[in-house]
Amino acid sequence: MLLAHARTETRLTLRNGEQILLTLLIPIALLAGFTLIDIISLPEPRVDSVVPRIFALAVMSSAFTGQAIALGFDRRYGVLKRLAATALPRWMLVGGRVLAGLTVVAIQLVVLGVLAIALGWSPSLPGVLWSIALGVLGALTFGALGVLLGGTLRAELVLALANIIWFVLLLAGGIIVRAESMPSGVATIVELLPSGALTEGMHQALNGAGPGWQPVLVLVVWGVLASVVAGRTTRLT
Amino acid sequence: MSASETRPAVEVSGLVKRYGSTTAVDGLELRLAHGKVLALLGPNGAGKTTTVEVCEGFLRPDAGRVRVLGLDPHADSGELRPRIGVMPQGGGAYPGVRAGEMLKLVASCAANPLKPDWLLDVLGLTNVLKTPYKRLSGGQQQRLSLACALVGRPELVFLDEPTSGMDPQARRLVWDMVAALRADGVSVLLTTHLMEEAETLADHVVIVDHGRVVAEGSPAQLTTEDPDCQQLRFKARAGLDTSLLTAALPEGCHVAEAASGTYIVTGRVDPQVVSTVTAWCAQQGVLAEELHVGRRSLEDVFLELTGRELR
Repeated sequence: MLLAHARTETRLTLRNGEQILLTLLIPIALLAGFTLIDIISLPEPRVDSVVPRIFALAVMSSAFTGQAIALGFDRRYGVLKRLAATALPRWMLVGGRVLAGLTVVAIQLVVLGVLAIALGWSPSLPGVLWSIALGVLGALTFGALGVLLGGTLRAELVLALANIIWFVLLLAGGIIVRAESMPSGVATIVELLPSGALTEGMHQALNGAGPGWQPVLVLVVWGVLASVVAGRTTRLT
Repeated sequence: MSASETRPAVEVSGLVKRYGSTTAVDGLELRLAHGKVLALLGPNGAGKTTTVEVCEGFLRPDAGRVRVLGLDPHADSGELRPRIGVMPQGGGAYPGVRAGEMLKLVASCAANPLKPDWLLDVLGLTNVLKTPYKRLSGGQQQRLSLACALVGRPELVFLDEPTSGMDPQARRLVWDMVAALRADGVSVLLTTHLMEEAETLADHVVIVDHGRVVAEGSPAQLTTEDPDCQQLRFKARAGLDTSLLTAALPEGCHVAEAASGTYIVTGRVDPQVVSTVTAWCAQQGVLAEELHVGRRSLEDVFLELTGRELR
C-alpha cells in the first residue's frame, strides 16, 4: 500500500513538466551557469561554492514549492478524500507523500551531483554523507512547510504564493547570496530562515567539518513548528 | 442469516451537524436494512452530503448516534473503511493520474480487490485507460469514481450523487451496477435529486429538507394517496379553453394546464371522467396524447413537501 502510493506520487511528479522544470531544469541551469559564468564573484574552484547553494535550492524547489502546488491541486481534485475513504491507514496517506518527496530529492541530488562532478566538483566522503543527511532534514522541513501552505489555502493562491516565496527565498533567503555576504543584522535573520540554514549547513558540510549545530537546529525548529500547525490546519478538500 | 445481516447496515438517530450558526442536519433519523438500497432525496442544501459524510466518518456529528455496519464511523474508522466503498460527490483523483493507474492505486489499498481491468471494462473506461483524470469527461470521472468505490468488494457503498454529469447511457449503466450490487447482497446508500433514479433504484426513499426527514417509505408508499386525489394527465395543443371541461366534470374534479400543452385533471378519476375528457377533446378537435391515469409521481410528492421555490 505504502509503496504503491509513494510510487504513484513519484511518477506523477516526474511526469509533470512544470515540476521537472522546477525540480531539475532550473537547478541544472543555475549549477552550470554559476559555475561556468562569472555572474557573482566566488572563490576558485567556483563549483565548490555553487553546489551547496544548488542542493539547497533543489530541496526547497521540490519539497516546498512542488509539494505545496501538487497538494493544493490534489485537494481541489478531491484525491485526498478519495484516498482517505479507502482502507489506506491515515499515517500512510502522509507516509506515501513523504516517501515520494524523499525519492524525488534523492533523484535531484544524484543528477545534480553527477553534473557537478562533471564540472570538476570533488567532494570528500564525509561531506557527501553530511549533505545527504541535510538533504533529508531539509526535505522534511520544507516538506512540512509545503504541506502547511498547500493543505490550507485555495489551489490558485497556493500556486501564486509557493512561487513567490520560492523566488524571494532564492534571491534574498541566503541561497544565491549567502548570509555571510549580507550586512550583519540581515545576515542573522537570513541564517534563521530555513533556506539560509540549509544553504549554510550544506556549505559547511561540504567545505568544512560538518554542518554545524545552528543550521540543523534552525531546520528542526521550522520543521516541527510547521508540522504541528499543518496537522491542525490541513484540510482534505 | 448471520448476526451482522440482521442488524441494519446504517442506523442514524437524532443526528445533528452544525457549521457555525447554520444547522445542516437537524435531528435526522435513518435506517438502511442490510442488502437494501436507500435513496436520500432532497433539494440542494438539504443536508444529504453532510449526512453521508458523517456516516463515512469524514465529519463528526454534533449530536446523535450513528452506527455503520455496527461501528462508530469516526472512532472505528480504521475497522470500518476496509468494509465500505465511497463515491464522494464530484469524484476524486490526482489531476494528472491516468484512469487505470488511479484504480490500481485504490485497488492496492484493499485486501481482496476486484480486478481493475475487468471493472474498467464493465464501466466502459477501457478506451481512456491512459487518459489523465483532468482530461476525462465529467461522466467518465464519475464512472472512475464509482469503480474506485467498488474495487475493494465493499459490504456497503455510499454513492453521493452518482449520476450527476452523466449522459443517459452512462446513467443506465450506473443503475444496472446498483441493481447488480443489490442482487449480490451489497447495501447501498445513495443521494440524488433525480426522482426517476430514486424510483428506479431504491427500496426505501427518505426525503429530507432543512436537515430533517419530511417523508419516507417505499416509492409506492410515498406515491399512493387517497382515491379522491388521483390524476389524469394528457398532452394536447397548448392554450385550450378548459372552462367547458371544468363544467362537464363531476364535482370535486379540477383541471389545469400544468405546463404548456400538459393538462392535469385532479380528483376522483373514474371511467366517467376519462370519457368526459376524451369527449371534450373530440369537441375541441384535438387528440389527447400520452393520456395517463395514475398516482402522483414522486416528483409531485417531493415538490409538495419541499416547496417550489428555487434554492
